[in-house]
Amino acid sequence: MLLNYSQPLEISNLTTWLDTTLRSSLPEFWVLLIEFVLVAVVLLAAYAVIALILIYAERKITAFFQARYGPNRVGKWGLLQSVADMIKILLKEIIKINRSDRFLFFTAPFFMIVASMGTFGAIAFGKGLHAIDFNIGVLYVTAVSSLGIIGVLLAGWSSNNKYSMIGAMRSGAQFVSYELSAGFALMTIVVLAGTMQFSTMIEGQRYCWNLFNGHISSIIAFVIYLISGHAETNRGPFDLPEAESELTAGYHTEYSGLQFGFFYLAEYLNMFIIAAIATTVFLGGYMPIQVHGWESFNGIMDFIPSYVWFFGKTAVLIFLSLWVRWSFPRLRIDQLLNLEWKYLLPINLVNIIFMVILVLTGLTLTDLFPGLF
Amino acid sequence: MENIKKLILNTVPNAVIEEKQKLTVTVEPNQLHLLAKTLRDNAALPMDTLVYLIGMDWGEKLGVNYLLCSSNDLSKEVVLKTGTADRENPLLYSVTDLFETAHYNEREVYALLGIRFINNPDMRKFFLNADWNGYPLRKDYDANPELNPLSLESKDIIDIAPRITETADGKLVEDTVNIFESDDYIINIGPQHPSTHGVMHFRTALDGEIVKKIDVHSGYIHRGIEKLSESLTYPQILHFTDRLDYLSANINRHGLCMCVEKAGEIEVPERAQYIRTIMDELNRIDSHCLAWACQTNDLGATTAFIYGMREREVILDIFEKTCGGRLIINQNVVGGVMFDIYNEFQKDVKAFIPYMRNKLVEYDRFFSHNVIALGRMVSIGNLSKEDAISYAVTGPAGRGSGWSCDIRKHIPYALYDKVEFKEIIRTEGDSYARYLNRLDEIEQSLHIIEQLIDNIPAGDICAKVKPIIRLPEGEYYSRVEACRGEFGVFIESRGDKTPYRLKFRSPSMALVSAMPLICKDEKISDFIGIGGSMDYVIPDIDR
Repeated sequence: MLLNYSQPLEISNLTTWLDTTLRSSLPEFWVLLIEFVLVAVVLLAAYAVIALILIYAERKITAFFQARYGPNRVGKWGLLQSVADMIKILLKEIIKINRSDRFLFFTAPFFMIVASMGTFGAIAFGKGLHAIDFNIGVLYVTAVSSLGIIGVLLAGWSSNNKYSMIGAMRSGAQFVSYELSAGFALMTIVVLAGTMQFSTMIEGQRYCWNLFNGHISSIIAFVIYLISGHAETNRGPFDLPEAESELTAGYHTEYSGLQFGFFYLAEYLNMFIIAAIATTVFLGGYMPIQVHGWESFNGIMDFIPSYVWFFGKTAVLIFLSLWVRWSFPRLRIDQLLNLEWKYLLPINLVNIIFMVILVLTGLTLTDLFPGLF
Repeated sequence: MENIKKLILNTVPNAVIEEKQKLTVTVEPNQLHLLAKTLRDNAALPMDTLVYLIGMDWGEKLGVNYLLCSSNDLSKEVVLKTGTADRENPLLYSVTDLFETAHYNEREVYALLGIRFINNPDMRKFFLNADWNGYPLRKDYDANPELNPLSLESKDIIDIAPRITETADGKLVEDTVNIFESDDYIINIGPQHPSTHGVMHFRTALDGEIVKKIDVHSGYIHRGIEKLSESLTYPQILHFTDRLDYLSANINRHGLCMCVEKAGEIEVPERAQYIRTIMDELNRIDSHCLAWACQTNDLGATTAFIYGMREREVILDIFEKTCGGRLIINQNVVGGVMFDIYNEFQKDVKAFIPYMRNKLVEYDRFFSHNVIALGRMVSIGNLSKEDAISYAVTGPAGRGSGWSCDIRKHIPYALYDKVEFKEIIRTEGDSYARYLNRLDEIEQSLHIIEQLIDNIPAGDICAKVKPIIRLPEGEYYSRVEACRGEFGVFIESRGDKTPYRLKFRSPSMALVSAMPLICKDEKISDFIGIGGSMDYVIPDIDR
């Protein structure tokens, strides 16, 4: 009870209150139905809003890197720019391409958006802000997020455009390769945490983030996860599928209006999702910074609501990703695959064994210094 | 040069040799190939660079004018001429097997003058469609629009090239070759593509990601400047030069002014020479900044692109303050410059020099040693020195292949013999050498400006020139070092106020002609990267 008062800003207070109120007046079935609908609506809204914020943030941050102003005309500091862009995209004509596979062409964007949406639902945004908490959360996220590649391949194939086709093929090779690395990096941490469930994993990082707990091994896994996650989102030095200097826009060249909007949205959300998973798995998710024995410090940290912690940590990672994206030139496809198959994957395989040894021989930080971490 | 004369007479005893501005040799069509080959293989002073190849309509004859010079010393020049009186089916011998750069030039001559070349492997028209009626640069060309109506039909590109070959027993055989194999996967890079740097069309056969073959199509923005010039006076032609390679607008214009001044024996005031040289070097820095920016953008680094643009802006501001123009500055006129420098000019330029040096360090730290950038440039797009000479690839690209081809050093003009600067030469011949060459040339240009900026003498900025200039009869050629290589202006005058024939030697055309060679077996992304490192400008080709 004391915890409730010490954390007045937590949204879980609101959700708990809502749940109790509904249950007191309605039968179980209706309560669940209303809550399902509410959760879905909130998630969809959050999905769109986060994408808009990300687009705005990226444009502003990029502008900062590039000695420009960025959007500054629509609304104060250009704040409404992404909203205006969204309205524009909604109003644009959807162009039908001659001699393309109409059905697959229209289906492709949905694969993209559904895949990122499905992953989005499994993320723990804060204490109690977790739509579904699988006991195999990590596995689920890895599996569902890789569905997006089907959309890319279909889009490239059905556009009847050689540029799109090359883009899609590159994308296929890239996704499949980097999916492996990302998965292995997460598995390394699963070995350390001993669970695949996000909530348990976060709880286990109360005093020591996984990033520090597995020291060398964790840091290697973290770096590999950031690289391969970056590659999976088709951004930064890894944006070969849509390499605009050679393939104009790659797999989504032929898309317009809302369908293009789907790809666009999914791209930004994927960036968020990768950062969110990295936060959850390596940086303690929504857990505030807590130190053994420093009770008053912990109390203050706890006062900051958990979702602020989560979004703060995610924002740092996103900034990192933007920084990389806007600094480096693009890799070539063979260099990209070399990096994965010749370097990241072998390192990863060794790393996972190393982590197993660390855990079995009790060399993790929590084992070494039980009072401190 | 006496030895060369002897050599020519030994090879072709009936050659007509004239000592004009340049050593000029007129030979029969069937002797030209032999003579060119002998000159090229002459060990003492190999005449192995074909600077220009100009189709001519002399009235009674159709012919070609070649300028050969030595790759060791560009100032040693020989002009070869040959012609045929047959206007119906003019045939000359190709020199493509000796100088690769002749290939596209001969195709251009075929399109514009209708001369076909025996043994050229691919005798399609360059610039013009195959079904164009008439040959525009002939003096009897009918420009009636009804002959060549504007077609709104989409035409398929036919990848079949006609050619004429001479068999061993001297018979001429006309046949066709297929450019691509029947099952090639061909993509069109251009004419509308973000990374061709203009309206260029590369038909590219791919094997997966690997480029198998490139076929260059050009002429989408051809404006017939050479034809237009034949009916305009010299001051009127000036503004066309800015619209060739618009990034070295001022230098191109300098080239034409020099050519007219040399022919008309006009003395340019000292002050104008200083202003011209400084402006040329500023223009070079501007162009190299943009080239750097575009190359990084082609490799996918958007931020670097903006950085290059940022530095360029400072120069453009200086241009604007000087004469109102930013890209195309209309500064040079025959006899001098149009506008004097403004009061703060020296101060602005002197402030710019340390600023730019600072930024060069930033470029270096930001991009030049980036591991991904190195992977995309080192040992990519290798152009050997022999190929550079054969394709007449000059400028930073030619010097990146180890060929000393800086006109400013070999044939100094303006004030380049009075200032001290280094010619940047690298021998690697890859994209990275070309990349570094440009950055180093910026430094050299700054150094040149530094030596001049405080010493601009007082005096006139322009000599007194009659509004209508009549050049004495003769052929004149002047060469300047533009940002992309040697830019040349050829004028044949018959004493009129308009040129009889005017031709611009385009450095970009040589750069593009080397693309199929250096991009073969590279990845498609490197094709774009190599294009960025060659830094061609399309309007320079589509004159």
